[in-house]
Amino acid sequence: MSDSTTLTGARLVHAYRQMKLIREFEERLHVEIATGDIPGFTHLYAGQEAVAVGVCEQLSDADYIVSTHRGHGHCIAKGCDVPGMMKEIYGRQDGLCHGKGGSMHIADMTKGMLGANAIVGGGPPIAVGAAIACKLRGNHHVSVAFGGDGSANQGTVFEAMNMAVVLKVPAIFILENNGYSEHTGASYAVGSKDLASRSRAFGMPAECVDGADFHAVFDAMGRAVARAKNGEGPSTIETTITRFYGHFEGDPQNYRAKDEVSKLRVTMDCLKRFRARVEADRSVAMADLDRIDAEVSALIERAVVDAKASPPPAPADLYSDVYINY
Amino acid sequence: MPQLSMRDALNQALHQEMARDERVIVLGEDVSGGAGGTSGEREASGGIFGVTKGLLPKFGEGRVLDTPISESAIIGAAAGAALAGLRPVAELMFADFVGVCFDQIYNQIAKFRYMFGGKSTCPVVIRMAMGAGMNMGPQHSQTIYSLLTAIPGLKIVIPSNAYDAKGLLIQAIRDDDPVIFFEHKALYPRKGEVPEEAYTVPFGEANMVREGEHVTVVAIARMVPFAERAVDALAKEGITCDLIDPRTTSPLDEDTIIESVEGTGRLVIIDESPPRCGMACDIAATVAQKAFRSLKRPIIQVTAPHTPIPFAPSLERLYVPGPPRIEAAIREAMKDE
Repeated sequence: MSDSTTLTGARLVHAYRQMKLIREFEERLHVEIATGDIPGFTHLYAGQEAVAVGVCEQLSDADYIVSTHRGHGHCIAKGCDVPGMMKEIYGRQDGLCHGKGGSMHIADMTKGMLGANAIVGGGPPIAVGAAIACKLRGNHHVSVAFGGDGSANQGTVFEAMNMAVVLKVPAIFILENNGYSEHTGASYAVGSKDLASRSRAFGMPAECVDGADFHAVFDAMGRAVARAKNGEGPSTIETTITRFYGHFEGDPQNYRAKDEVSKLRVTMDCLKRFRARVEADRSVAMADLDRIDAEVSALIERAVVDAKASPPPAPADLYSDVYINY
Repeated sequence: MPQLSMRDALNQALHQEMARDERVIVLGEDVSGGAGGTSGEREASGGIFGVTKGLLPKFGEGRVLDTPISESAIIGAAAGAALAGLRPVAELMFADFVGVCFDQIYNQIAKFRYMFGGKSTCPVVIRMAMGAGMNMGPQHSQTIYSLLTAIPGLKIVIPSNAYDAKGLLIQAIRDDDPVIFFEHKALYPRKGEVPEEAYTVPFGEANMVREGEHVTVVAIARMVPFAERAVDALAKEGITCDLIDPRTTSPLDEDTIIESVEGTGRLVIIDESPPRCGMACDIAATVAQKAFRSLKRPIIQVTAPHTPIPFAPSLERLYVPGPPRIEAAIREAMKDE
């Protein structure tokens, strides 16, 4: 089992880079969406980076994940091409999905990223299916379903959890409890008040961890992966986390206290906490992280410039890829 | 050539494809049955209609998965397994249960390839038993293929006989697109000649069941044998019909229907479904758009009424279009001459 005490400096720097990439990507989208250049509906992942990265740093391209409508972070953490994602979100022809999926449907099969999913609760059954494939091939790989406190109230998630236990497949359910399902608080909408106990009731172990703590998420995921690869079946990790923006961009967030986000940006910022921790235990030199900050900032700037310069899909693309042959 | 029931033809197709390709798995409720029971009999069911019989003993629990009653998880798992490189054949015990897993079919499976920019394949087959005639009432008897035919990204297969059933199912399993495979419950015992070896029947090619000169009759699933009876009876009076079984409603072989109507000038469509927004409407609209000037008289649709399916045998018999109604409709089509 891979636990955080065994992480080398280089791997810690990589994890930081992934989290920073997600943060910069989302912060920049927040700015660009306000200009009106980005079509449609976007849900930002900023604030939750340590969950996606803590989970995906335990995975390889041969492992699978299924994501949600708030999926940019999962995509980046699983290794999707960032400029390709930016183009996709701008609706451009050379976006990761040729501009036909958009923010809520980014996928990359070559990275084991089986798709963001605009239907809350749509993903977990699909992740169980990929886990069936993993089991048939000998449990060398795992399949992960990301979801939130909102999806945890969908029947499809319960069906998927029970079936994963019954079939004893290497599925891992990550429940990112960010406190809100759209505009409604989890304290209202989640009757059980926590999510992990629901998973336990289905017959699988479930841990609760601080979602802003990369090391804690990474270690919990290490335990879940070890269990899955040992043929012991599924697990759940409930992470307590917050989102720094609204449900979607443009959400006035009238349901949140005026100073809620500004306070959480102090206490629940995974990047600040990661920096503080690795500075204290001297596992990474701060100069390395500063270098990453500059590199990521340049990468995102270039991605936006390139996306804006990319052509939209051609009219004929409307008709392509409905079927392989018809 | 051996005579097989449609049930046994489908079973043979599953056995042959699972033996040929180890990526093929079968999952659903009671596809083997018996797990967790007190009798100790592991294959206690083999599918509620017996279509998956013998698969578990032959191919094992890794490839023949009995699931809980969780249709969203069954269909979603089939989708995920397909994205991960398997070729799942999921069984939805009754087509009516589409209601509880519709999201996985129409928002997920049907859209993956398009919304992922052509970079995914989802070679899943969803088999489902449909149709009235067995007094199973409003929630176990529907023929909801028109609902799914309307969805881009799905292929819709509806066999009417044992030969087609085997060849179409093998084609469905080998096809790289998602396929919904409707099996009419009342046709499971219907016997026909079925070759022992594996073969495919292509999608989008209608079967010309009878050839004639006066009326074009298009019929689907159980309506095909009913229409055969009506058409054969009328042939004795000198009224002859083209009887067309589309076999797949998506893709639909429009050409065969149009060409026939261009010859006959008369069209009667038989559909066991309710009349609104169904296959009968769809085929009528296609002919009206593409062969209007060939028509000698208005198109006739013979369908079920705009009602749920009643339980009482006397009412269910009224609901389902039978040979007498089909015969009367064909006579009606001949009236203007």
